[in-house]
Amino acid sequence: MTVLFRRRLADFVALLFAGAATLFGLTWLVWILWTTVSHGAAALSPALFTEMTPPPGASGGLLNAFYGSAVMVALAVLIGTPVGIAAGTYLAEHGRHSRLAAAVGFINDVLLSAPSIVIGLFVYELVVRPMGHFSGLAGALALAVILLPIVVRTTDEALRLVPNPMREAAFALGLPAWRVTSRVIYKAALSGIVTGILLGLARIAGETAPLLFTALNNQFWSADITGPLANVPVVIFQYAMSPYDEWHALAWAGALALTLFVLGLNLAVRFFARKGSK
Amino acid sequence: MIDLMDRRADESALAVSPPKIEVRGLDFFYGKVQALKAVDLAVPANAVTAIIGPSGCGKSTLLRTINRIYEIYPDQRAAGEIVVDGANVLKPRFPLSALRRSVGMVFQKPTPFATSIRKNVAFALSYYERLSKAELADRVEDALRQAALWDEVADKLDASALSLSGGQQQRLCIARTLAVRPEIILLDEPTSALDPISTARIEELIDELRQRFTIVIVTHNMQQAARVSQRTAFFHLGELIEVGDTSQIFTNPHVQRTQDYITGRYG
Repeated sequence: MTVLFRRRLADFVALLFAGAATLFGLTWLVWILWTTVSHGAAALSPALFTEMTPPPGASGGLLNAFYGSAVMVALAVLIGTPVGIAAGTYLAEHGRHSRLAAAVGFINDVLLSAPSIVIGLFVYELVVRPMGHFSGLAGALALAVILLPIVVRTTDEALRLVPNPMREAAFALGLPAWRVTSRVIYKAALSGIVTGILLGLARIAGETAPLLFTALNNQFWSADITGPLANVPVVIFQYAMSPYDEWHALAWAGALALTLFVLGLNLAVRFFARKGSK
Repeated sequence: MIDLMDRRADESALAVSPPKIEVRGLDFFYGKVQALKAVDLAVPANAVTAIIGPSGCGKSTLLRTINRIYEIYPDQRAAGEIVVDGANVLKPRFPLSALRRSVGMVFQKPTPFATSIRKNVAFALSYYERLSKAELADRVEDALRQAALWDEVADKLDASALSLSGGQQQRLCIARTLAVRPEIILLDEPTSALDPISTARIEELIDELRQRFTIVIVTHNMQQAARVSQRTAFFHLGELIEVGDTSQIFTNPHVQRTQDYITGRYG
């Protein structure tokens, strides 16, 4: 066996394993997507977007769930984004050399990997129990807590990517720090920050566990965020577990809608990331 | 002893007129590393002073001390005095914004902000002064003309500054600095990232600007120092070795180390 042959053999085997591993991973992804699309597409109809979640045995749609999800996710972004950007700015711009910032960064990483059911439980204790009932507001708060560390981390990293000479150039004009950050640094880091928000959005759109403890669900149309609010993930959960075929179909349709939404967000992320790298 | 003799020898018109900037006993530290040691240097008004010396000699450090830009890094520290128009600007209470407004700085690499050409120039201006739209447009045009960039960008002021060439970006950075009407301009190797044609344009520009501004330029390029400056200061290992009229430093340096450097024996 020559050296050359041995090297070629090793190369071939390594390539084979790498290829097999890739195929193994992709198989599940395609399988999941295919199952979702094939079951979900069958249940797609205009009624999905115009009717409420039906009682067992009747036909209906997911309008109230879509609405509830949209409201809670939007509220979560509204709460989580400003706080997250502010904290990320502190970490990257003002606290670079401080111990406090190092501690905040570490705690943020812990929060980033905290199980979402724990966050649900936390908001349950914090909001739902004192209020005495489930509410969309509590759901939005739980989602905001999940979104927050993602925005903090991505903002921090996007700002650190802005080269120091740009900071120096802005400071050299005599501008105060807040103006340098808000007018120069944010602009340079914009695509990274937006990417972070979109990634966070994609993450919270499908969260179920924290909503079970907080927003619960609502069979009927409700725009009242201080009461229980329907939402797509919990509807999917309840309908998929039920014995009724109509509910199964709606659960698949909801799953498909959610998948497409997250897919769209990921495409948007790619778009912004590419725009930023130009 | 050598030091005293040098001072006596330096009796040019530029050396005896009252200086615009006077550095006295300046020490500078990066953490525990001392980068400048007891530097004394007088910078004349309305002239170009070149600072030359091998890498790591403290040239850029000196420049970064004059507008106190080093202060954005907490581990950097300066001690001593830098007197501009009679006031020690290193005093912590000296208003930083006023200092940096009157002391503009242009960096090695062009640093345009990620916005339009117009906004790059108007950016600091609209912070310092309340101007009408028309006044602002005039000032932007004025600054771009002074930086010899107007003819190239007049029809695309709202285009992204990042779409300009490297040389144009550097002239934009000069325009941005000129727009707030400084008195002193610090240039930190402003052409080291540029091609020869852009470099020539910037050098011409520096020559024009010296009529109205006090300019300090750090450069690695000795021909450039000889071409654009009237005064030259040679630094080595954090110390000012020799300062004099550029013609004297390059033709008849008093100190052996200066001689060695300009003849290319080290650096």
